[in-house]
Amino acid sequence: MHSTLYSKHEKHFQAFLCLILFLVMLVTVYPMWYSFINSLDSAKDIAQNGYTPLFIRDFTFESWATVLNDPEIIRAFLTTLGRTVAVTILQTLITAMFAYGFSRPNLRARRIYSTLGFLSMYLNGGVIAYFILFNTMGLYDNFLVYIIPCLFGGFYNVIIYNANFKSIPESLFESAKMDGASEVRIFFQIVMPLSRPVITALGIFTAVGMWNDYTQTLYYTRSSELQTLSYYTLSLSKSAQSAANLASTMTGTSASSVITAMADASSNYKTIELACMVISAIPLIVMYPFAQKYFEKGVMVGSVKG
Amino acid sequence: MSKKQKKNYRLGYDAASQVQLHGMMFPGAVLVVLFNIIPLFGLILAFKNYKVTDGIMGIFTSPWYGFQNFKIIFSNHDFSRMLVNTLGINLIGQLITIPLTIFLALLINEVRAARFKAAVQTVTYMPHFVSWVVFGGIVINLLDADGGVINNILTSLHILEEPKVFMADPNSFWAIAIVSNIVKEIGWGTILYTAAIAGVDQELYEAAEIDGAKRWRKMWYITLPGIKGTIVIMLIFAVAGILNNNFDQIYVLQNAFNMERSEVIDTYIYKVGLQQLQFGVAAAINIFKSVLALILLLSANKISNKLTDSGLF
Repeated sequence: MHSTLYSKHEKHFQAFLCLILFLVMLVTVYPMWYSFINSLDSAKDIAQNGYTPLFIRDFTFESWATVLNDPEIIRAFLTTLGRTVAVTILQTLITAMFAYGFSRPNLRARRIYSTLGFLSMYLNGGVIAYFILFNTMGLYDNFLVYIIPCLFGGFYNVIIYNANFKSIPESLFESAKMDGASEVRIFFQIVMPLSRPVITALGIFTAVGMWNDYTQTLYYTRSSELQTLSYYTLSLSKSAQSAANLASTMTGTSASSVITAMADASSNYKTIELACMVISAIPLIVMYPFAQKYFEKGVMVGSVKG
Repeated sequence: MSKKQKKNYRLGYDAASQVQLHGMMFPGAVLVVLFNIIPLFGLILAFKNYKVTDGIMGIFTSPWYGFQNFKIIFSNHDFSRMLVNTLGINLIGQLITIPLTIFLALLINEVRAARFKAAVQTVTYMPHFVSWVVFGGIVINLLDADGGVINNILTSLHILEEPKVFMADPNSFWAIAIVSNIVKEIGWGTILYTAAIAGVDQELYEAAEIDGAKRWRKMWYITLPGIKGTIVIMLIFAVAGILNNNFDQIYVLQNAFNMERSEVIDTYIYKVGLQQLQFGVAAAINIFKSVLALILLLSANKISNKLTDSGLF
């Protein structure tokens, strides 16, 4: 259809619609923009004039430099990166292989696997059971706790893979079999290449989940060497928040220099905290445009049916 | 099935193929047993008087405790407060979020300019991929009483006389949790509905146009019934998840000042279980939660099967 074919009424409606959706976009983007500009604004300026609402007022790279020069943050970054890469690759492979077997009509004893799947989807032992199990396995406070328990992507992912693998024409499998291809070879040479979109989508979701996760650190580790980037940012944010709350609940009661110093310290905290948050989100923002076209493949559209 | 096809299918049933298939499933199956099935034995702890020093076999050997752990929970007056917070944040949140998400999906679907449509989706999906640590941290900074932009706007509009310490005000917590979740997740939430809308039979719209139906009538009488299945599934999930808060979100936003309204079941389990090491009590809360969730799931599914002829299973 050509735009000149639209009625006047339709044109008005489209303009109105675009205006509303533009506002929605502003609201969703603003928080991230706010953190970005304030992380690059000087702590002094924010202490004097409050957070900058729209643009950088007093540019400084100081907070970013503080964050990037902190060896503890670099270690947290490497821990997170290592974990994310390892889990994404291994989990994708293990889950896709499992789903392949599950999707084949010639699999015998499928009932065992569907029972396991059903149990794992609807029942959950809870954090305590994991705590005891990880302790027994020697995973508690061990880097491997970030990897081993996450190696299987769960049955929701199996369902999505399954739906995608089943949409590959059966004749392809038959002819490969006739030609003497083994199941392993069919998986790696036919199924994997044909399923690149769904594998990419679920791989991205896994990577994002691993990158953002902080509960595994909170629940099952103790030593600071094992901090992930998310956890480090969280503890920074927690201490900044308590400092800020303390300062604001005390304001007005007295004008002591301690409180002024606290307020100063907390605003310095603020820009560093914001810088840390922005930096930890950068890898996601960078990969986002490349990943976006695959997203719809990875959601349960058509996989769950009534 | 013809004879030839049958013979082809036979191809995959030989021992070598079966070994390969099961072999490929083996790593996944081991992991499920290890990390999903074995932890289920931990549920026994709810009925045990378990000490942290008892080790893994202590799950079986520690003395039975009857329903004592459950009694401890229900006699704790913090428990009803937590339950109220959990239900409040989830119920009010879902009642606002689900219709709003569907509405946004309908609006996006009406956009004619393909580029603008893609831009809206790209931008609104983005916060979903940012962690709650980051997004929650930004929310805290937005609400800061000391120069935060929201306080600045509210005071300059004279809605507030002086800056409010939102994060230290228990009564603001539910609103903060619900609104921040909407801003972060509403765009991503539309992806399922948008896909469902794309699957609605286009001929229905053409027929309605010939009959002179206006835009809103088409939405109401064609699009919404067309995506009913998706809506029902999302509602069932919402009902079943009513006792699950987003721990990642709540824990980030929670602090000592707003605890009265921010303590929910999931954060409480963490505190009782992993900080105070009262494993039996934490396991008992987990069972209480799981049983209730299962009942809710089954009844929501049954009700939807009766009312709408569609459900999860």
